[in-house]
Amino acid sequence: MTTIDRPVLPKLVGARIKRREDPRLIQGRATYVDDIKLPGMLHMAFKRSDIAHGRIASIDTSAAEEMPGVELVITGARLAEFLGPMPIGTPFPSPDHHSIATDTVRYQGEPVAVVVATDRYLARDAADAIVVAFEPLPAVVDVEKAMQAQPTTIHAAFENNLAVPYVPGGTGVDAVAGTVDNSAIDKAFADAEVVISQRMVNHRLAPNAMEPRGVVAHYEPGKDYMTIWSSTQNPHILKTFIALMNGMGDHQVRAIAPEVGGGFGCKINIYGEEYTATALSKKLGVPIKWIEDRSEAFMATTHGRDILCYIDVAAKRDGKVLGVKMKLIADIGAYNMLLTAAIPTLTMLMCNGTYDIPAIRVELTEVFTNKMPTDAYRGAGRPEATYFLERAMDMLARELKMDPAELRRINFIQPDQFPYATQMGAVYDSGDYEKALDMGLSLANWNGLKAEQERMRADGRVVGLGLAFYVEVCGLGPSSSLPTGGWEHAGVTIERGGKITATTGSSPHGQGNETTFAQMLGDQFGVPIEDVTILHGDTGVVKQGIGTFGSRSQAVGGTVLALAGDKVKTKMAKFAAAMMDAAEEDLVFENGQIYVKGSPGTGKSFAEVAAYAYVPVPLPPGLEPGLSDEAFWEPENNTYPFGCHIAMLEIDRDTGEPKLLKMIAIDDCGNVINPMIVEGQVHGGLAQGIGQALIEEVVYDEDGQLITGSFMDYAMPRATDFPRFEMDRTTTPTPVNPLGAKGVGEAGTLGSTPCIVNAAVDALSPYGVKHIDMMLRPEKLWRIINEGAQA
Amino acid sequence: MIPTKFEYQRATTLDDAIARLQGSNGEGKLLAGGHSLIPLMKLRLSEPGILVDIARIEGLSGIRQKDGATIEIGATTTHHDVATSDILASQAPVVAEAAGEIGDPQVRNRGTLGGSIAHADPAADMPAVMVALDAEVHLKGGNGWRAVKAESFFQDLFTVDMADDEIIAGVQFQPIKAAAYAKLHQKASHYAIVGVCAALQTSGGTIQSARIAVTGASTHAQRLTSVEAALAGKPLNQATIDAAASVAGEGLQDINSDIHASEAYRRAMVKVFTRRALEKAAARA
Amino acid sequence: MSDTVPVRISVNGKMREAEVEPRLLLVHFLRENLGLTGTHVGCDTSQCGACTVHLDGSSAKSCTVFAVQADGSKVTTIEGVANGDNLHRVQEGFWEEHGLQCGYCTPGMIMSAINLLGENAQPTELEIREGISGNLCRCTGYQHIVNAVQHAAGQRG
Repeated sequence: MTTIDRPVLPKLVGARIKRREDPRLIQGRATYVDDIKLPGMLHMAFKRSDIAHGRIASIDTSAAEEMPGVELVITGARLAEFLGPMPIGTPFPSPDHHSIATDTVRYQGEPVAVVVATDRYLARDAADAIVVAFEPLPAVVDVEKAMQAQPTTIHAAFENNLAVPYVPGGTGVDAVAGTVDNSAIDKAFADAEVVISQRMVNHRLAPNAMEPRGVVAHYEPGKDYMTIWSSTQNPHILKTFIALMNGMGDHQVRAIAPEVGGGFGCKINIYGEEYTATALSKKLGVPIKWIEDRSEAFMATTHGRDILCYIDVAAKRDGKVLGVKMKLIADIGAYNMLLTAAIPTLTMLMCNGTYDIPAIRVELTEVFTNKMPTDAYRGAGRPEATYFLERAMDMLARELKMDPAELRRINFIQPDQFPYATQMGAVYDSGDYEKALDMGLSLANWNGLKAEQERMRADGRVVGLGLAFYVEVCGLGPSSSLPTGGWEHAGVTIERGGKITATTGSSPHGQGNETTFAQMLGDQFGVPIEDVTILHGDTGVVKQGIGTFGSRSQAVGGTVLALAGDKVKTKMAKFAAAMMDAAEEDLVFENGQIYVKGSPGTGKSFAEVAAYAYVPVPLPPGLEPGLSDEAFWEPENNTYPFGCHIAMLEIDRDTGEPKLLKMIAIDDCGNVINPMIVEGQVHGGLAQGIGQALIEEVVYDEDGQLITGSFMDYAMPRATDFPRFEMDRTTTPTPVNPLGAKGVGEAGTLGSTPCIVNAAVDALSPYGVKHIDMMLRPEKLWRIINEGAQA
Repeated sequence: MIPTKFEYQRATTLDDAIARLQGSNGEGKLLAGGHSLIPLMKLRLSEPGILVDIARIEGLSGIRQKDGATIEIGATTTHHDVATSDILASQAPVVAEAAGEIGDPQVRNRGTLGGSIAHADPAADMPAVMVALDAEVHLKGGNGWRAVKAESFFQDLFTVDMADDEIIAGVQFQPIKAAAYAKLHQKASHYAIVGVCAALQTSGGTIQSARIAVTGASTHAQRLTSVEAALAGKPLNQATIDAAASVAGEGLQDINSDIHASEAYRRAMVKVFTRRALEKAAARA
Repeated sequence: MSDTVPVRISVNGKMREAEVEPRLLLVHFLRENLGLTGTHVGCDTSQCGACTVHLDGSSAKSCTVFAVQADGSKVTTIEGVANGDNLHRVQEGFWEEHGLQCGYCTPGMIMSAINLLGENAQPTELEIREGISGNLCRCTGYQHIVNAVQHAAGQRG
């Protein structure tokens, strides 16, 4: 009989638990890809195109080949002899895209040759010694010109550069039957008392994870086995694609995401550099490393956003919205990457926003241009939808002289309408939008801010208030909506000594799942968090997985972990019941003990039961030895977190410089495992959303030259750019998963961007302005102040 | 990220450094803090054959005041040391102020005044301050010592009055209280889109003379003589400042234009930051 | 002319000697020659600060220093700031206040924060934000980093 010999364990879920990842990270003891050194490892460097569009006339590699330490120089054409074009992860038609360009370059920075050398410095020297002659072709840069009788076609099979042409969606569209019924949307606009129309641009961004991309590929000829370390968000998907591309089975590849220094969507994709490294490692039989420079990252890591929208909103004078039309045009760059074509479809999906709108018609077109391809970037399609709709709602409020909060309030989907099937085909799981709005107005002291704004204006200051509401789609699954599979996997093992090792197919790179998942298992088994280890990011350890994106780790990865835990717990209860001669359903796991409910002093220690399970003498009838199990799980639906963001912005009258004075964020991500981590996620999202509105923009010139090719010209937010964020949460659990958790990783990017632009327009409304496209360059704002709305 | 190969030489004295430059067949470049040069080398925009490191030459760094008057800053003095100097805080606060606006803490810890002015980036802060303070740049080369007024030292884009075998030993200027620097930051690089330094000589509420210099606007730091003329002899008040600022930039040629600021905007900002610099300088008078 | 030059650099209190190419950046010397991989590289234009170390007592971007320039100098890296098993108070602050997510910028951020507190033991929030303005973080939005530095300065309960 064991007595309780330690204090009662506090409940872990819901607590601000310090992260278990941190000790290695704050001491410089973590291992990122570039920290990996293998015996005999060679280094790879790329020669990249310095023009946006052109035919490769010749490549002279002779000087590079003669340089000391150079093992191999190979062009795209030669690589293509043993490495095929890259697969994509969406069902859209796609042009051939080789890891290294074979005959034509289509964006500045596209690889044209690669060097493998004994040392990183020598590889760079040799790559620079390669001489490439191009026959330049006209660069296609302006997306609206590109899609209209454009004389230059980037890919022969895609007339007018249309990657995805004019796809209708929304009310009256039957995609299966291929029919479009315009009666509802036409009626909405016929009945309208007021119509708002605006062209808006949600501009191109560079994700800029602080750790650039990197890969170490190690093919072992004697084993016919490939190990790849990569800075990736999804090692299991990487494994599958690397195997496919190298003519191997996925039983012959192990993919490892070591410590990953941020992803934000740009490390979902599997890149040509990864395919090249593995193919050349296989060819040479030695490990090969490639680490991206930041300059390369700007040119050749997927960009985000870059969608423009013609939006029309039909409404009654009382503010009730009758219908919305959106014509979306996505500038997807030169090729389809893994999810490129799918991202704008998420914009399409979320055009309904948080409003009960009778009719919506969206038309989506995706267009190739001579730029780096776009793909997921934090929010991935949803911030774009939110931005367009929330800007338009703000314009409507201004037109109707209504408080923007009140306009939203009267159009909200009501709590009793959930689950709510939108005009776009989404089924929102749960929500109480008004509650979050009221909390936001209260935390911001909305009326007080308005009074303060008036006082500041009276002093001659240019100050605006902005509000935006958002709903996003998270917890991505099920498999019908995700070509990679919309499930997640987890394994839970109670070790012989009574400690717990769990694996998750989620692949965190800053999200803190080693902590949050351990909190969950600690509570589930009634053991201290120190007794739980969460393993991830290694396909040799984690049997299966999808990965970390779409704010799905907690909602999907967390749920499946709990389910795997349940299986093991059930079995453990059987062992414990046998030991104690009790009924398993009467047992409680608590405080490191397993005991009969109501008799905490009479149980067995967790470790004793674990030990018995591994040396079960006698083996209880019907039980196998051991305590380890796994689970796959996919949700039946996505989750739909929401929130309200409010900003106060001042614009320097003399210079046009915008300064964010206040940023208030209410976010509802359902149930929360660790509030501290949730706050950190929101902070980071806010920073990126604010960055987009105020200082970040990828700019190409008319020749397709990247102007913002480094941190010298692409402004990254610094600590001095932000006020202290003021935050709170409402909690509306989702019925979609047993945890009630919705997801929070991307939320901050959704509301912040439109609410800041709304604030800027509010600030400048005395100058007659109705809309301003981002980013809010000081010069742009200064011109409005000095030249009025026509600027 | 990886510079091309070069030969490294560490100079022990100014004369040693000069001799090394002379022996380098034009391949030699000076290295002190390296915060102008090394970033260019990493992008392979600069590929010097020989680097002569002058960082450890004794006497080249430090801030001194001679006879209670002339202030001398050694070429290898870091921006951090300039920004935090007690002498400058009391004798020429504008210099410390401007140094504190350069880059970020780490850059200020390594970057040097001499490097900044020798490099003569069109958007660097210090050149404007040196021109406004009528500083002398003290150079030593094969032909011995030479002092050049900052105004004529900065000649064009990345171009200064400096022979291949010359080295900046330091700068000298007179103490001044009524001077200030105002800058519009480029949000990515934190260089100046426009930076204006205003230096006023006042007496009994009257501006006796003024020197105003601008950086960021054009190819190199230069004086705004029309502003100076509009200030000289006038009472030091807001009306004078506003009137003078309103003519700022007139006559400026080759105004820069880029994604961060067009020519028209830069021209307007020259006026705005001239006014701001003047207002701050006036407050110190 | 020899392709390499000798350097002697005291790193985290240990004298290290090597023959290096003059073009070898200090950050690569630390990472590749010494295996001190806690110092990271996040850009190639001296902006991001991931490579921040202390060079002769003050913070420096080790991607913008040639190893040979540091000959005879003292360098402290993230691996050298804790006292054995006792974390530096700034490290403690980052852990307590969730001042990091992916951790990539963290070593440089900590080195900058230590530098700041060395010059200004009781910084205001604005001074903290300015003190870490040479370091980019893409994950945290900086608020928890500010809290971490305040924690280290004893400004948070």
